[in-house]
Amino acid sequence: MAGTSHRGDVASRVVRVGSTLVQQVRSTLDPASAQPAGGHHAASGWLVVTVFCEPDRLDENAPPGPLVELGDRIEVRVRPAPADKGVELAARLRDRSARANAPRRLSGNDPQAEVRSALRRAKQLVEVGEVLAVDPAPHGERTPTPGGTLLEAWTRKAPEGGVL
Amino acid sequence: MKAVTWRGVNDIGVEDVPEPTILNGHDAIVEVGLSATCGSDLHLVGGYIPAMRAGDVLGHEFMGTIVETGPDVTRHQVGDRVVVVSFTSCGQCWYCRQGLFSLCDNGNPNPGITEALWGQAIGGCYGYSHAMGGWAGSHARYIRVPYADQGAFPVPEGVSDERALFASDAAPTGWTGADLAGVQPGDTVAVWGAGGVGQMAARAAMLMGAEQVVVVDRFENRLEQVRTHIGAETLDYEEVDVPAELRERTGGRGPDVCIEAVGMEAHSPGPAHVYDQVKQQLRLQTDRPTAVREAIYACRKGGSVFTLGVFGGVVDKFPLGAVMNKGLTLRGAQQHGHRYIPEILERMSRDEVRTEHLATHVMSLDDGAKGYRMFKEKEDGCVRAVFRP
Repeated sequence: MAGTSHRGDVASRVVRVGSTLVQQVRSTLDPASAQPAGGHHAASGWLVVTVFCEPDRLDENAPPGPLVELGDRIEVRVRPAPADKGVELAARLRDRSARANAPRRLSGNDPQAEVRSALRRAKQLVEVGEVLAVDPAPHGERTPTPGGTLLEAWTRKAPEGGVL
Repeated sequence: MKAVTWRGVNDIGVEDVPEPTILNGHDAIVEVGLSATCGSDLHLVGGYIPAMRAGDVLGHEFMGTIVETGPDVTRHQVGDRVVVVSFTSCGQCWYCRQGLFSLCDNGNPNPGITEALWGQAIGGCYGYSHAMGGWAGSHARYIRVPYADQGAFPVPEGVSDERALFASDAAPTGWTGADLAGVQPGDTVAVWGAGGVGQMAARAAMLMGAEQVVVVDRFENRLEQVRTHIGAETLDYEEVDVPAELRERTGGRGPDVCIEAVGMEAHSPGPAHVYDQVKQQLRLQTDRPTAVREAIYACRKGGSVFTLGVFGGVVDKFPLGAVMNKGLTLRGAQQHGHRYIPEILERMSRDEVRTEHLATHVMSLDDGAKGYRMFKEKEDGCVRAVFRP
């Protein structure tokens, strides 16, 4: 393995560690500065994707496979999108008693995570005919670092997280 | 296989990594012929986009030969010489069907990350962090290309590998900026940044009929390339006052279209640069918008400003008052290359678009660290380091 380093790296890292501290303090004093936009859930509980297809391609009584897998735990709604944008495919849990905060939703650690993932996979199946896979992707040695471990955890849940 | 990898902030490695395999029916495997470094890679190298893991393969601008296809690939065959657009886009969703390919709903397998950052997920990009899909990059002997029918384009006979390479990213990014900024015949267009993307934006503007195109940078070798290979005028921002020069060249109006092709690590000779550096290092802003600010102030009333350089998060001291009161149209985008690459390749075959000069330093993958160092530090007049696996 070959590598390179640059002047100022050490100083830069020191500044960044300090700056992370500043950011944490600032976030505490002003929570809005660290709040991602749109991280909250809709009151109705519906999660919706717009699928670009003909209106008769989707039927709420016979939804795509990924939603069928969730069985009676969810209800499904289908309606046409305006201006020929396709079909709005919505799903929500029947039991919505447990509500998660924005960070848990964004990181895919909430009760709706599997509904979110199922909607995304259903959309891909209808539009493209396949669910895109990325792993296993070629990579070199994964040197263990705190940041890398955190990113790996977020990446693993990323298909189920987000504002959808 | 050998690959150039991100090992950590300002740490580039060369490692043995597994070869890619077909995972989806629309995949192809491409044997990489040439793979270019890009200015946007430097944001990853420098740690400004903190979604890289040690071992990630870098590179998103490449061309090569198809060596394997999935069962659902219909437009390509083994042996085809292709250039591949840097964005992974399905070609089937509403955004792709509108020609807004980089906004693809389906091309990023990790949508949760960019939804959290930006409110919506966009398409994926090879070798450009786990936020952009976690796709392995092209600085390797082989690369997996999902949605190959959409993203790979046959290179016409007579177009060299060295020319076709930049139809992957630099040229279509430039075309995206000039087209979506609304360049009209007779316009004066100013472009900030004389790297590969800035040069291609200038060339696109000229081919779209702009009467006067002015490119702004501080590196004389790049400005010389602009004058010699692109045919546009140049301004050295360390030598002149750019807005004043642009006003003088436009009868006091300012450019009709201003294209910013610099991105989040912008430099300027004035105090604004120090201010932006400090705020970025303190994480009080993620990006340095120095060139965007200047473009907004320089643009004529009612004109168009396009952010083509890569930005990741939030900026400070953004002149929204000028945008509003001057009635500017402010727009930005990653490249919608699928829409422009066929035209670019055709123009390349007619010698109307020349890009070979961008590849100032061609080297092997073994020189991955050296290539990125030369590119970052602009050593030996490096405009782009290009790897030949």
